[in-house]
Parts: sequence; C-alpha cells; structure tokens
Amino acid sequence: MTNPWWIIGGVLFVLLNAAAGLIWLERRMLALWQDRYGPNRAGPFGILIVLADTLKLFFKEDWIPPFADKVVFVFAPAVVAASVLMSFVIVPFAPGIVVSDMNIGILFFLAMSSLGVYSIVLGGWASNNKYALLGAMRGASQMISYEVFMGLALMGVVVMSGSFNLSVIVEAQKNVWFIFPQLIGFVIFLIAGIAETHRLPFDIPEAESELVAGFHSEYSGMKFGMFFIGEYLGITLISAMVVVLYFGGWLGPSFLPPVIWFVIKTFAFIMLFILLRASMPRPRYDQLMEYGWKVLFPLSLLNLMVTAAIKLWLSTH
Amino acid sequence: MFSLLRSMWLIFLHMFHKRDTYQYPEQKAPLPARWRGRIALTRDPDGEERCVGCYLCAAACPVDCISLQATEDEHGRRYPEFFRINFSRCIFCGFCEEACPTYAIQLLPDFEMAEYNRQNLVYEKHDLLINSQGKYPGYNYYKIAGLAIHNKDKGDAQHEEPPVDIKSLLP
Amino acid sequence: MDATFFIAAGIAVLATLRVITSYNIMHALLYLVVSLLAVAVVIYVYGAPFMAVLEIIIYAGAIMVLIIFFVMMLNLGLETSEHEKAWLRPRIWIIPGILCLILLGEMLFLIIQNRQPAGNIQVVEPKAVGMALFGPYIIAVELTGILLMAGIVGAYHLGRQQKKISHRFLENFEL
Repeated sequence: MTNPWWIIGGVLFVLLNAAAGLIWLERRMLALWQDRYGPNRAGPFGILIVLADTLKLFFKEDWIPPFADKVVFVFAPAVVAASVLMSFVIVPFAPGIVVSDMNIGILFFLAMSSLGVYSIVLGGWASNNKYALLGAMRGASQMISYEVFMGLALMGVVVMSGSFNLSVIVEAQKNVWFIFPQLIGFVIFLIAGIAETHRLPFDIPEAESELVAGFHSEYSGMKFGMFFIGEYLGITLISAMVVVLYFGGWLGPSFLPPVIWFVIKTFAFIMLFILLRASMPRPRYDQLMEYGWKVLFPLSLLNLMVTAAIKLWLSTH
Repeated sequence: MFSLLRSMWLIFLHMFHKRDTYQYPEQKAPLPARWRGRIALTRDPDGEERCVGCYLCAAACPVDCISLQATEDEHGRRYPEFFRINFSRCIFCGFCEEACPTYAIQLLPDFEMAEYNRQNLVYEKHDLLINSQGKYPGYNYYKIAGLAIHNKDKGDAQHEEPPVDIKSLLP
Repeated sequence: MDATFFIAAGIAVLATLRVITSYNIMHALLYLVVSLLAVAVVIYVYGAPFMAVLEIIIYAGAIMVLIIFFVMMLNLGLETSEHEKAWLRPRIWIIPGILCLILLGEMLFLIIQNRQPAGNIQVVEPKAVGMALFGPYIIAVELTGILLMAGIVGAYHLGRQQKKISHRFLENFEL
C-alpha cells in the first residue's frame, strides 16, 4: 500500500466510478424527493443507466461547431476534469492513504479550483454562442468572487490548526471537530463550495431555464460528458474537503476503519448537495453577487479576525 | 435563511411519501372517459355509419389532418366514400368532435398508437370505424332528421308531423 | 529535479514566445497562463512552494481570468486577428529582436561567468513567509494594504449608483 502508484490508481478508480455512480444516485434521490421513481429499468434499481448513459454519450456525434474556436473548444472540457482530479491529490482519505501529503495542501486546493474557472470561461467563449458567452461571464464572475470567501473561510481552520497540511488539520480535530468552533466558516465554505461547483442553487452559469444550457450549450458527446463528470467530481471534492476541514476527516469511533468513516461522512455531504438541488430555487445573478460580497465576505473576514484574536489570546494566557 | 432550512426539511420528508408515478407499460394510467385520444367513427344503434360526410370536421381541423369524400347510396343516405385521418399531424384538440353534427366522430381514451413507420399513422375509414355507439348510445341521426331514406319516409322521424299535403284544400 | 526544472523552463520560454507571436489574442492569453504555470513549477522546484501556489492562485487563477473575461466581452474575432497579422509585419520584429538578443547574450554571459550549481535548495515554508512578511517587511504589507484600500474606495466611488429608481412611474419625482 506504500507504493504511490497503487494509491493514485485506486483514488482515480474510486473517484471516476463514484462520479459515474453519482449520476444515477442523484437521479434516484431527486426522484425520491419529488415522489417519483427515477431510472429503475436498466439493471437492479436501474443502476445500469450509468452504463447506458455512457454508451449513449460515446456514440453521440462528437460535433464541433464550424463557428467555434476548435482548439480551445476541445481543450476546455479537459480542464474541468483535470483541475478537479488534481485537487484530490491532497485529500487525505485515511492515515497514509493520500497521494501527496503536501504542506501547502489547502493552497493547492485553492489554486486548482481557481484554474477550474478556465473550463467555463474558455468553453463558453470558444462556443461562439451568445448564451454560452453569457453563461461563461456569469460563471467567471461567480467563481472568482466565491473563491475569495472560500479562501477566507478556510483560513479560520488554518489559524486553528496552524498548518496548511490537511493531514495535520485532521489530526488537530482529535478532541473537537472544527465544525463547532468554526460554524460560520463552515457555512461560508459550504455555500462557496456549492457556488464553486456551480451546483443547483447557484447554477447560474448553466441556468437551463434562462440560457439554454449556459456555457456548455454547444457541447455534445463525450465533451459534454467531461463537463458532466467534472461537476460530479466537484461535488465529491467539496464534500471531501468539508469532511476533512470541519468534520474530522477519517476520525471516528474505532469499530470502523478510518476510510469507511471518511466515505460515510463524504457520502452524507453528497446527499446534502442533492437535497439542496431538490429544494432550492435559483437566485438571481445580482442577488448572488450581492449576497456574496455584502454578507459572506464581511462575515468571513470577521470570522477570521475573531478566530485569530481568540487564538492569540489563548496562546498568551 | 430559516425558510430555506424549513423547505429543505420538508423536501427531505418527501422521502417517506407515496410516489405518484404509474409504472406505465405494466400499470396503465386510469384515463377519464372524456380523454381526447384516438379518433374513431361510431355507428348508430342500427349498425350503420353515423357520418353523413358534411366536411365540418375537416373544416374545423386546425392542422388539416382530416380528409374525406362524401357520397350517397341509392336511397339518398349520405356517407363518406373515404375518410382519412393523418395521425402524425393530429394534435388531438377535439374540435372535430365538437363540430360533428351527428356525433359520428369521437375521441376515445386511448393514446397507445405509436408506429415505427410514419405512413402507418394514416388511418383509413376501415381503421377508424368502430362497432360501437361511443359516448352517445341510442342516438340515431336519421331517425330524427327529416330526410327520407331507405325504410323511412318523410314524416316517419321522431317528433315529426306528417308532411302537409299541399295539393289539398282541407285543413 | 534538474529534468523537471529544464522541462518547465523550456515550456515557459516556448509558451512566452507563442504569447508574443500568436495573432489570436485569446490564444496568446492561454499561452500566458501556461507560461505562468510553468514558472510556478520552476518556483516550486526551487524550494518556494508557497510562492508557487500563490502564483497560480493570483496570476493564473484570478488576474488572467479577469483579463480573459474582458477580452471575452470585446468580441474579437477573425477580423481582429487579420488586423494583427497586418500590423505585425516581420519588419516590426527587428528592433525588439535585437534588444532581446542583447539581453539573452548578457544572461548567457552571466550564467557562464558565474558557474555555481543551484544545489542545497532550502524549502521555504509558508510559516517562514508569514513571519518574514509580518516581521521585517511589515511596512511593505501595510503599504500594500493602504494601496488596496485606496483601490477599494475608488472602485466603490466609481461603481456607486447615483439614484435608485424604485418604480418607473416615480422616475420624475424626487423622493
């Protein structure tokens, strides 16, 4: 298990399968919360719908519009999956099961999520389509703004644990999970995380009722599939980060192995994401920005300041 | 903020509600009697065609999917020579049923008429005619109308007075 | 480590060349992003992970996105790249080319003169960066803070809305 290639391969395998399975899970759960059944024909509980969907995506015509910027158009979907998968490099699944135990873990996560913006911007711009462009513009401004509060909310955790290293952060939660001292930070991080993955309450870059399909209007086949997988990987990533930063990562009663604890907690947050999609209306674009900059931004600054002050006071007394 | 949490909780509770879905091919949805589905030509209680070929349905049809040609038998009873409905155009609006003066054309609660070949959606008269009176049992247009046909002369219709003999002076 | 450095440095140089020579501004910007990422790798290899990540977050992740954002709204198409092509004739390259060659020669000369291996690299921890910033360089941090504050105040002033119209019928009334 010490061979890093095994860990990389295992993480990739689990993540990609989980992302594919999430498509089925989300459809089933949304159906359940809307008093429907969802996909239930193919295979037991309809789980083979994933296979059917993938096959369909592969056999779709892989169309590049003649008016598009071809190189950028092909490049954009790769960015989203790559940047999210890169972020998983620093997620500690259990003691020892982490691809790279960097001491700048959180910053690396922020850097990769900031690169993820490119997929939306470039995809929307290269499509050469007005709805895609509008989606890209919304996506860019939304993700850049929410990255700011995301980083600031994370700094509370960094101040409490005194490290950017995620394994150290998990170890620092031995006595009390950071959700209790960092409740505000947690809420801000969760909201910013949803905005960062442009999931449903904050899916204004896609906004299918306003912008056709937003930035990926022109995409079809497996290129669209990459955006799709990227979105589900993003959900998994944000859930895993929430668990690592605020819910004690792999820590839990010892009757279950640490990995299982991690998976259970992450799964709970994925469910929360789906529930949010099932129950929340989409805010207007200016409301979203106003809420971010006028509510979350001062709150996260205040949270960071108070945390730092308390930490300082405790260390001097 | 609180209302958001409340709505999330309420949606979560839907997990334990009964599901509204009909598992369609195995479990049919109960269609109301006046459902506007497949179009049929009904017959009167004597088993004759009700349609008199008046073209009102074809005129009322907003998508022009009905075409017919009226003709007469040797006793003067009108009937359509051919009656054709192109269901690939039909929008099931029910205007033809409303326009029909003899209750001949009726929309039935049946929607399972998918075809692989588009041409199969063009229904001819023998496809459309059903051996039933549809929603108006007992209604017989020629028993009410004053027109003389086979086995029924002038004045024989229901509530019809015998024809006035215009050549006589007697009251 | 040498291999990673040389690959990253080569990519940075090539990407930067493409930034200058590319006619399509969007492609040029993308090459600039690639160049910044390559520079981040170089910085990481030479023991400054904090700086490397900040380079990605701030330059590649924020500033370049904003520039691309504005370019996106300018609606530059094939026409503009044709213009670029017309403007950037080979004749224009002569003087910058000579200047760059001189710089390159100077750099090569310095490298040859001063043959010190870049060994025993010290990794600078984020904590050390923070201690340095809030210790000896506190005045620079404070000055940057004042500059940013001025920027925020200016942006607020420019973006302030003059009059809020609550309803179109009330437009002509002073409230």
